[in-house]
Amino acid sequence: MLSPDGNENQTMISENSNDDIDGIERAGRPRSSQFVRRYIFTTNHKVIAIQYLCLSLFAVVIAIVLSVLMRLQLAWSSVMQPDFYLSVMTMHGTLMIFYVLTIAPQSGFGNYFFPLQIGAEGMAHPRLNALSFWITFLSLMIFLSSFFIESNVIGSISGWTAYPPLSVLGETKGLDIWLISLSLFCVGALLNAVNFISTFLRFRKVELMKLPLTSWSWFTASVLSLVVFPVLLSAFLLLFLDRNAQTSFFIPSNIYIGGQIVESHKGGSPLLWQHLFWFFGHPEVYIAILPGMGITSHVIATFTGKAIFNYKSMVTATVAIAFLGLVLWGHHMFTSGLNPNLSIAFSILTLAIAVPSAVKTFNWLATLWRGKIVLKTPMLYSIGFVSLFVTGGLTGLVLGQSGLDSAMHDTYFVVAHFHLVMGASAVFALFAAMSFWFPEMFGREMNETLGKVHFFITFVGVYAMFVPMHAMGLVGMPRRYASFEEYEYLKDLQTLVKFVTIAAIITATAQALFFVNLVWSILRGKNTSAEYRL
Amino acid sequence: MPKSISDFGATFDRQFYLTMIVVGSAFVAVQILLSVLVWGSAKEKSLNDSLRVEIVWTLFSAIVFIALAFLGQRVWAELISKPDTSEVFKVEVTAQQFQWNFHYAGKDNLFGARKTELINDAETNFIGLDRNEEKAKDDIVSSVLVVPANRVVELTLKSRDVTHNFWVAPLRFKQDVVPGLTVKISFKPTRTGKYEIACAELCGAQHYKMKSYLLVVSEDEAKDLMLLSQDEFQTRVGKLLLGTPSS
Amino acid sequence: MAVTSTKPSERKLPRRNMNQQTTSGGKGGGNNPHQPNNSGGGHQMTQVSSSERYRIGMMVGIAAVLMMFVGLTSAYIVRALSPRKDWVSITMPSILWASTTLIFISSVTFEAARKYLLIKRFSDYSRWLFATAGLGGAFIVLQLWAWRQLAAQGVYLSSNPHSAFFYLLTALHALHLLGGIIALGYLVNRALKEKVMDEELYQRRIGGVGAARMYWHFLTVLWAALFGLLFFWK
Repeated sequence: MLSPDGNENQTMISENSNDDIDGIERAGRPRSSQFVRRYIFTTNHKVIAIQYLCLSLFAVVIAIVLSVLMRLQLAWSSVMQPDFYLSVMTMHGTLMIFYVLTIAPQSGFGNYFFPLQIGAEGMAHPRLNALSFWITFLSLMIFLSSFFIESNVIGSISGWTAYPPLSVLGETKGLDIWLISLSLFCVGALLNAVNFISTFLRFRKVELMKLPLTSWSWFTASVLSLVVFPVLLSAFLLLFLDRNAQTSFFIPSNIYIGGQIVESHKGGSPLLWQHLFWFFGHPEVYIAILPGMGITSHVIATFTGKAIFNYKSMVTATVAIAFLGLVLWGHHMFTSGLNPNLSIAFSILTLAIAVPSAVKTFNWLATLWRGKIVLKTPMLYSIGFVSLFVTGGLTGLVLGQSGLDSAMHDTYFVVAHFHLVMGASAVFALFAAMSFWFPEMFGREMNETLGKVHFFITFVGVYAMFVPMHAMGLVGMPRRYASFEEYEYLKDLQTLVKFVTIAAIITATAQALFFVNLVWSILRGKNTSAEYRL
Repeated sequence: MPKSISDFGATFDRQFYLTMIVVGSAFVAVQILLSVLVWGSAKEKSLNDSLRVEIVWTLFSAIVFIALAFLGQRVWAELISKPDTSEVFKVEVTAQQFQWNFHYAGKDNLFGARKTELINDAETNFIGLDRNEEKAKDDIVSSVLVVPANRVVELTLKSRDVTHNFWVAPLRFKQDVVPGLTVKISFKPTRTGKYEIACAELCGAQHYKMKSYLLVVSEDEAKDLMLLSQDEFQTRVGKLLLGTPSS
Repeated sequence: MAVTSTKPSERKLPRRNMNQQTTSGGKGGGNNPHQPNNSGGGHQMTQVSSSERYRIGMMVGIAAVLMMFVGLTSAYIVRALSPRKDWVSITMPSILWASTTLIFISSVTFEAARKYLLIKRFSDYSRWLFATAGLGGAFIVLQLWAWRQLAAQGVYLSSNPHSAFFYLLTALHALHLLGGIIALGYLVNRALKEKVMDEELYQRRIGGVGAARMYWHFLTVLWAALFGLLFFWK
């Protein structure tokens, strides 16, 4: 086609083509620029998806190492200084939530399969797709730089929630880097969401009620992202200004810290941050889990040889979870000093969202009923997802009640809850997705035996790690403590803490099985028989 | 869970156990069902899509969960209710990095004024009490929270610097202590003893060490303590702490 | 779909051919018409025109920008409603009336440019587009002038909450407008370079201008809203 300056311009063709991965020989071009065009600055949604997945893999390895470090400190105190512990904890949480759970299910697998499932030839804005990846990449690089700028910590110490006034008045330079990198992340995530939504609204060829549930989840999650990431970005902007420009969005007057009254800030509200943050933060966990639920439906349907039970209500439940998820944020603030009457509303709405989640669970079970179940690895992971999601989700019924939350807030009971739903279930969905779509993506198969071993160890491992945490929380073990030595009433729990640490070390090590399987199968895996699965 | 030491705890425990029964049964039922279904064999007649089934279990879950939610609100209502008696034992709490300060009104039952400008950590005036004021002359400031059993205690929570959270696990509730806000919470302790106070909102590197004690004593003991001077109070409380086993 | 036995180990997955719909995967089982990978080089998304793509992308993108300003505005309102011990209202610099007028005019000139494009009067089109960009630039200059006026009074970012929001909101708005001006600059540049305009290029140009138009008018309306908020809610 003609470019504006009237020349045959092959660059423009390949920018719009989604198939140049398959090797279109351009005569006369040197190889290195082909490599660069094809793998670095590609606009092919499949390659970009793999780029995103690589990014997440890189992030998850770092985050797992950090979590093992945390567990070592908790089991055998004096492994590290308390502020170092807090920075390890913050980096672990931030990496996992943003760079793993927001990226891999949506921008990774979604980028690859969403266009294919809805009958589009690619994403609506291929160059924007590439841009959003590179922005996310840059964001991660800046984020990781905070590991190196201070000697006693590896970054921010305020947790991934960065509550002021601590994050303004009691923090290190690491938090500024945290804010800048995550602001970039927000932009990248938003651009990606724009792509998904545009593609769905204008390029969909498949009838709505015939779409795979994964497509529904990806679309819904991207709408959620579009609505909430900008609010997070605005919160980051305000926090950055409070830290660096002496504004007082979040800092009240009359604060006495570091031996003197803080003159430069007055009249702000720490609760304002919490509102802005959790308005993002709660839908964020649904952004993380909805694609996983879609993948579970997809895999379970495939490996029982039938359609998912009551497809229409699954779609309705997905959309209901997304909508309801936007109005629940106050349940993170029950003890915060929030108007208690608002808490009543938030609490009831929170328990209400359990209904569509339960509906989905029942539908999965109904699909399994008398199905011709084939227990290949993806199916095992998906069944694991259902089991873990139920365990984790049910404790939400305890935490969602404002009166009960008052005892559980900021204890290991909460840590157990969110790790089971996000750290375990969502991750199992990622394992399922990877093993399920591996043949489609790489033309080979992952090793079944290695997969099954990995599944069993990880499945037992996550239960061993997180179920005891419920007990710890009930006894009264607080979160974000670098050590529990100070407290008499926690002394008896130390054996359990050590047990969890050992389980964590074993489970973390077992993830090597997955990585080995992945890499080896890409390079030398058995060529797959032509059972392409979307 | 540790044994409850407040009247709120009883309400809490009832709702908690009810919830755990619901949650526990659901957990067991679903996990067993899942295992059974996975190992089950295929039969020709599997489940066809059915709107009726969907409605049944949707309604069932909705009723159970909403019922739990509303029942749970009774617990919340009790927690947030203001004490309806005037016989309230009041303590002003000031949290700081990294200790708790409990301010008692003393003999005259009047709290002295506190000003941020008067804070002087070196002279242990952590809360900026104006010791020259009449009302403040008999006030006591201690790092230990001493309260009488079987009387309503009202805590007025303030923070000096960042957000903290006042928490004693056997009390079954906690409350963020937010700078710029004043939050009141009340409870009635029902058992004497010594209990540890933990900070439950990340407040800095020493967050894990921000510990103190809640000492629940008899009504008479509490009355006596309030008549003491600052130093006598510290000594007496110190002895009590040593003498009481940790619960 | 033939299943020869019911033992889990012997069950086979239904074979799915890429372009067939089997009964099993009809609904949500993941079985959909799937274009084969090798549809050939140079295959473009021709079913949907590029101007449609620009439009939808822009609309969704505007929604994102809007949400950010919604977040900031909510923060403003919460702050304004809370006990306002330190809420000092700044006097809004009078130059803002001028800048507001300019941005409204720029929306009008944009419409004019678009009308000329639609009737193929290309030189008028590029002239009015240039004027729009110019007015946008002038708007930003006047905003900066307003900042200087405030600074001269000793009102800075950290002076009081109203001023903090003022600087922040005007800065963010101006930054987004700058993006719009750059886009207009690109369009003007293209218009000047193009001597020959074929139908397809013309349609793409209309699409690009359509998207830019949405963005531009959005920013004008957004400014009106921010202006109202800062001026009257204090």
